[in-house]
Amino acid sequence: MVLLWIIILFFLGGLLAWWSERWGHAWPRWISLLVTGGHMVLLLVLWGQHVQQIELTHGGPWLVEYNLPWIPQLGIGITLAMDGLSLLLIVLSNLLAIMAVGCSWVAIKRHVGFFHFNLLAILAALAGIFLAADLFLFFVFWELLLIPLYFLIVIWGHEHRVAAAIKFFIYTQSSGLFMLLGILGLYFLHGRSTGVYTFDFRELIGTPMPESTAWWLMLGFFFAFAVKLPVVPLHNWLPDAHTEAPTAGSVDLAGLVLKVGAYGMIRFVVVLFPRAALAFAPVAMWLGVVGIIYGALVAFGQTHLKRLVAYTSISHMGFVLLGIFAFNELALQGAVMVMLSHAISTSALFILVGDLYERVHTRDIREMGGLWSAIPRMGGTGMVFALASLGLPGMGNFVGEFLVLLGAYKVNPAATAVATVGFIVSTVYSLWIIQKVFHGAQQREWNIPDITGREATIMAAMTAIILWMGLFPQRILSTASRALEDLRTNVESSRSVVAVDPVPESPNVASSAGTAAMKDER
Amino acid sequence: MTQQALIALMPFLAVAGTSVVVMLAIAVRRDHTLCAGLAVAGLLVALALIPAAGSEGAVQVTRLLVIDSYALFFAGLLIAAALLTVLLSSGYLAQEGTSQPEEYYVLLLLATGGAMVLTAANSFASFFLGLELLTVSLYGLIAYVREDVRCLEAGVKYLVLAAASSAFLLFGMALVYAQTGTMEFGPLAKKFVTAAGDLGPLWLTGLAMMVVGIGFKLAVVPFHLWTPDVYEGAPPPVAGFVASVSKGGVVAFLLRFVTMAHLPEVRPVWVLLAAIAVASMYIGNLLALLQRNVKRILAYSSIAHLGYLLVAVLASGAHAPTAATVYLTAYITTILGAFGVVGMLAGGAFSPAVMIDDFRGLFWRRPWPASVLTICLLSLIGMPSTAGYIGKFYVLAAGVESDLWFLVISLVIGSGIGLYYYLQIIIALFASPQQADEEREAEIDESSAEGRPPVRLTTHVGLACLAVLLTFVGVWPTPLLELVAPTPSVWQTREQSAPVPRPLHGLRGRSVPSRWDTTLSTAASFGPRRRTE
Repeated sequence: MVLLWIIILFFLGGLLAWWSERWGHAWPRWISLLVTGGHMVLLLVLWGQHVQQIELTHGGPWLVEYNLPWIPQLGIGITLAMDGLSLLLIVLSNLLAIMAVGCSWVAIKRHVGFFHFNLLAILAALAGIFLAADLFLFFVFWELLLIPLYFLIVIWGHEHRVAAAIKFFIYTQSSGLFMLLGILGLYFLHGRSTGVYTFDFRELIGTPMPESTAWWLMLGFFFAFAVKLPVVPLHNWLPDAHTEAPTAGSVDLAGLVLKVGAYGMIRFVVVLFPRAALAFAPVAMWLGVVGIIYGALVAFGQTHLKRLVAYTSISHMGFVLLGIFAFNELALQGAVMVMLSHAISTSALFILVGDLYERVHTRDIREMGGLWSAIPRMGGTGMVFALASLGLPGMGNFVGEFLVLLGAYKVNPAATAVATVGFIVSTVYSLWIIQKVFHGAQQREWNIPDITGREATIMAAMTAIILWMGLFPQRILSTASRALEDLRTNVESSRSVVAVDPVPESPNVASSAGTAAMKDER
Repeated sequence: MTQQALIALMPFLAVAGTSVVVMLAIAVRRDHTLCAGLAVAGLLVALALIPAAGSEGAVQVTRLLVIDSYALFFAGLLIAAALLTVLLSSGYLAQEGTSQPEEYYVLLLLATGGAMVLTAANSFASFFLGLELLTVSLYGLIAYVREDVRCLEAGVKYLVLAAASSAFLLFGMALVYAQTGTMEFGPLAKKFVTAAGDLGPLWLTGLAMMVVGIGFKLAVVPFHLWTPDVYEGAPPPVAGFVASVSKGGVVAFLLRFVTMAHLPEVRPVWVLLAAIAVASMYIGNLLALLQRNVKRILAYSSIAHLGYLLVAVLASGAHAPTAATVYLTAYITTILGAFGVVGMLAGGAFSPAVMIDDFRGLFWRRPWPASVLTICLLSLIGMPSTAGYIGKFYVLAAGVESDLWFLVISLVIGSGIGLYYYLQIIIALFASPQQADEEREAEIDESSAEGRPPVRLTTHVGLACLAVLLTFVGVWPTPLLELVAPTPSVWQTREQSAPVPRPLHGLRGRSVPSRWDTTLSTAASFGPRRRTE
């Protein structure tokens, strides 16, 4: 029941925040802060309660479960379940929501109530996505997430918001429909072979199906998640949406929406179609590598600060894709770590860009320069997150990316070697930001206030978290390990099945078989 | 006529009787409120009589009509839609200040009666009677606001094209009759099943002409040309009525006829219908992209939506009839709401809002109609938590179940294209009002304060009902599905042919899942189609 309440309370809190606008503009802000803060406490208590189960692996993989029939005619239920991975991601979304409320405290002046309703509705949808164990329910939340995000961009966004919002919506909604086709295909396959028609994905695991069918269904799922992640040929919506969204929207997009894609890959693509995913792994890993390099290179070419940060996201998510499809514990843990630390560091950079914009009223890097002497403290925080983004040891990003490379190397050394180049490019663009924005000659006589108490608090919190993740990653790794372990064994077992199988494309050692499988596919 | 038949026929008689009562009331005293009230009361009575009519099971009333749970479900749906149309149009007519608005309700009731006959038609004769009753009443309804030239133009356009399509239909039916010697669906279906393998050219010509006629009524590509003009010119509640009740009746007939005659098994007919479906999805959506007029956008979008619906008609799995019914229900609710809002804004206290730009910033000025319109648009998109999603989900499920991958993927791509124009409207609704808009708004407020009456309460009630229904069905569809699920079972008794596995249109042989045998009992007769050699 507590899981259902997490979702409902976010939504009700949003409605209350909207309603409270009539009492004054401060009300929605405080109510949102209260709701997200309260949830944070609730979630941490939940985490504490289950710490035994998580770390000592007592009991089943699901910490809390909730079940309620919804559309019994089709075998659809409101089935919610939480494991370590979803717990981590919900805590993360909640944390970033607090930051989003904080960073829009003065920036949002129009329609304050509706703004906070949308923020909290996004959280409700996200919580639903991370908790749903029923594919139909998952899809419902997946689509519902779009509406508040769309409003966030279209109402409070910047100059070209309309085009960006439509692009974002069309990309994600139509790719979602392909996932729906995949879900339906799986549903009928499972029903026909077992006689049980259900959307509960834990029952759908291990549905027997022909290789080619599995391949198509897997692609349906992969397509939807790849758009959200984004994987490079499908990334076109991201720079626009990130650039045009208000700061809080960018935080939600970069910090959370991209994670939904990664979560879906880990939770569904790999688990539901292990063999097809295994055959697809080399392609996916190379797509990840392309993303890493391409994102970093294009980021380096940007003059629009927000766009630059947006492209770095593509680069970082490439590591996630690489890690997920390496299918070993190190790489998977690394992928989760990259997801979390990228969320923090990139959100912090977006918040910083927002704060800068409020001061200098431009996002063009060429018009900045020499800001350090005017606002040294802000420069300092900018430095911290630029370093985090380039993967400085001691920060969360380093741990994640290092683990991904370590794990992926065992499977696909060639791809890993190329991916490592990404590190160099990311160093270049991160230092480039600092160089162009804060150092150099002053473009104008800056007469602007330094970081305020509110901004400093947000930045301090983010810094503390990213350092904690970098220095003490064990707590996070062990929380996620249980969920990832199950996934890995699932894939391993299907791998052994493949090995026994007489079909020639069996990739026992995925490194060499990777290329072989690719050839076979052609 | 037996007593049993009379009871089964009660809802139909109630609607027909109400139209007579309204006519008499006009003769006694011209009073708009009275006539609207009588119409509402009559429709409510008809709705209340449906459970009683259903208690007798499937009843054959003469050789023309069969009143089964399928017919009654659709009849109830159409009555409810007509009821909401009455609520929405009484406000609209009052706002517009139409002279002599009373006869409007007579026509509306007659049209509803005609559409109801379609749902229960068991013979070409009753089908044609119902269709003509519906169509002829619509001529009057579409051109009802006689002061408006565009309205008259729309009426004439509809008259010419509908009459032509009726001629096609009649000729087609005559050809089929010439081949089979019967007009009743039962024997007709048997003849079809017997001859399904090799239908002669005359037979196919007859069927093709029927498809043309029905295609006109459903406004699917390439028979869609009248739709945008008529939707634009007609009073918005009537446009909603055309899109919901008129199409609903025809779809109810089509679904029954196609299923009974096993038309999807006749390869040429199946290909023809599939081509129409795909063309409607793409062309409807693409043409809608070019429009800036909201009524025309809704017209083109309705073309695309009928294309989606045809996917469910063409699918043959256990879910197909349910899918078509659920989709139609969702679509009727949505389109009534959308045209209701347009009608509310078109007259009375508002500027005549028809272009997208007229809706700019509406949410911040008038949150209520803007919210309803947003829900309707989200439902047309097929977003979860609206009825449209449940409909789209069912249609996709039916398509996937029957392995109609080409149609299903066309549907996905088509609705991807469609997103663009729906979002355009939503963006306009939520755009920040500009200075010029506010000034214009103030101007309108002043002018409206002088003359036009405010929005009637009935309009608000109608819109509220629709908005609640849309979200309720979207969030908790179980009650609707319970109403729908048993409807097709009546056909099972009509299945009289020997079981032979069907080899046609790429369906792999498969057994019907056991769990469905109980819940959807017809599934068996629908799923793997059988026929005699």
